[in-house]
Amino acid sequence: MKPLLEVNQIQIAFESDSEEVISVEEVSFSVNPGETIGIVGESGCGKSVTSLSIMGLLGKNGKVNKGQILFGEEDLTKVSNQRIRDIRGNEISMIFQEPMTSLNPVFTIGNQMIEGIKLHLKMNPKAAKEYAVEMLKKVGIPRANEIMKEYPHALSGGMRQRVMIAMALACKPKLLIADEPTTALDVTIQAQILELMKTLQKESNTAIMLITHDLGVIAETADRVIVMYAGQVVEEADVFTLFKEPKHPYTQGLMASIPHLEYESEQRLASIPGSVPSIKHMPAGCRFHTRCPYATERCEQEQPRLKDVQAGHKVRCWLTEEDGLRTNSDQPKEEIFT
Amino acid sequence: MVPYIIRRLLIAIPVLFGVMVVNFIIINMAPGNPVDMYVDPNSSPELLEMRKEQLGLNDPLYIQFFHWLGNLAQGNLGYSFSTYEPVSKMIFERIGPTFELMGLALLAGLIIALPIGILSAVKQYSKLDYLATGTSFFGISIPHFFLGLGLIYIFAVQLQILPAGGMSTLGSEDNFLDKVQHLILPVIVLAVGISGQYVRYVRASLLEVLGQDYLRTARAKGLKEFVVTNKHALKNALIPIITIIGMEIPFLLGGAVITEQIFQWPGMGQLTIQSIMSRDYPTLMALNLLTAFMVLFANLLTDIVYSFVDPRIKYK
Repeated sequence: MKPLLEVNQIQIAFESDSEEVISVEEVSFSVNPGETIGIVGESGCGKSVTSLSIMGLLGKNGKVNKGQILFGEEDLTKVSNQRIRDIRGNEISMIFQEPMTSLNPVFTIGNQMIEGIKLHLKMNPKAAKEYAVEMLKKVGIPRANEIMKEYPHALSGGMRQRVMIAMALACKPKLLIADEPTTALDVTIQAQILELMKTLQKESNTAIMLITHDLGVIAETADRVIVMYAGQVVEEADVFTLFKEPKHPYTQGLMASIPHLEYESEQRLASIPGSVPSIKHMPAGCRFHTRCPYATERCEQEQPRLKDVQAGHKVRCWLTEEDGLRTNSDQPKEEIFT
Repeated sequence: MVPYIIRRLLIAIPVLFGVMVVNFIIINMAPGNPVDMYVDPNSSPELLEMRKEQLGLNDPLYIQFFHWLGNLAQGNLGYSFSTYEPVSKMIFERIGPTFELMGLALLAGLIIALPIGILSAVKQYSKLDYLATGTSFFGISIPHFFLGLGLIYIFAVQLQILPAGGMSTLGSEDNFLDKVQHLILPVIVLAVGISGQYVRYVRASLLEVLGQDYLRTARAKGLKEFVVTNKHALKNALIPIITIIGMEIPFLLGGAVITEQIFQWPGMGQLTIQSIMSRDYPTLMALNLLTAFMVLFANLLTDIVYSFVDPRIKYK
């Protein structure tokens, strides 16, 4: 099957005070039609930047220096402004983390819904309005007709995120990028929103790129997972493999730091020591070596490549490349990261 | 909304009263008195005393004040000490020219400032932005008297293409073109300062909005940058600008004191200067009352307009 989106060794840089800061390096992955792919990582690891680069929304200071973003036959890093605007909101849409601030406070929900519909589906105002109401009903908004005339401040966070989803899916996009769509919501609303996205995905066969730092959300929704650290992909696997057999020490650290109900109350939650390196001072060699319990001399000097360890399971780590030593280790992961 | 407006109007009454008390005290604290101004200094002290008595200036201050207030309650603003005309008539004659001049200046200032402010914000830190910001500082800093005299020197004295002052040429009061010619220089002087300020306001306000999440949403829909800026960003950025415009309303009627004086514009600003010079208490009190009223009225109007542009604001 030909992938819908293929991100190929991209490097993203930002201009800041006349020096260039590399934010994302050698990131590659692909998304198949109808699939849900999860991207996890700490704040600042480059997951949002990667998604914005697909939409061409890096802003005037950011740009893709190297690599390709293939969407169908086109390289999105090279298409014209006009073409990328045609794609945005039409073939690829995006929903954001903050439903409270993602809608324009001075325009009605209806106005903001209809804008995109008129632009991409070329409907007349009346048809666009009816279609917008229909979309609002689809995402489970009661009194859709009246909500069309409301301003965003009259809606709760969960309702606003539903509106965002309705807006994003109105043109039946092939790809929906969801950048932390549930982070700002209550847990009960989170579950509803994720459920809604899944249902609508089945209806329209939309692929979803779900960006989050919540492993629970990933476990529930994603088919395949990409783990990012310090601007690079460090591990990629299907969701079951990743949770059962994480290979990269960073992924293992993330897994170990999930709180479990069955833990003793006095047991400390595992955490990865240290913090994410600043993008201006990336360590040489493997970017995780400063925090890695297994780091060797080689890790400090040479950068590992993202390599297949099994079919569909890629890891960027010297240890997995050299031998299976660490994965067979009988030392429990939790203790290492305590 | 209506109960809110009524409440605000009722609150305005004690505020106005307070303002007038303070004004009355300050005016009377100023050295000199009207009699010194109008009566020949060589007159006998008895004559001066008699005039004072006639004008009621020998009464205790509070009696004078309540006398004025009593007349005001009957709709009588009193008579000018210097021209003996009714104050209301004098103000009525001056308000039109001032409104004309100030309104046009504000309008011209905004028409210049809006596009420059928008461009300056959208292209922040570009050469155009630096040029716009620099020029606007120039506009804010240059004193009205200096710019006014400079323009008169160039256009009226040297080039002789525009009149140096007044509202119209004697004899051609109904000539529209003549009127426009007389307006050009004073409007330019005022508009330069106004547009300089508003370029800064629009730029700052728009910059604040340009970083907002909802603009990313608008771009993610595939909207053109022009629509994103001029529809989604601008409507939000104009909300604070409306407040500032609202604060200009009192000046629309209060007049520009210095500019009117330089261009011999028969407006409220000139009337204010003349009344201060001649210690014309009744006229001064009326002018102050009008200004105070306009400030309160403009604030109320701004708040009402606010509720129309910002759906989050509702008054009960």
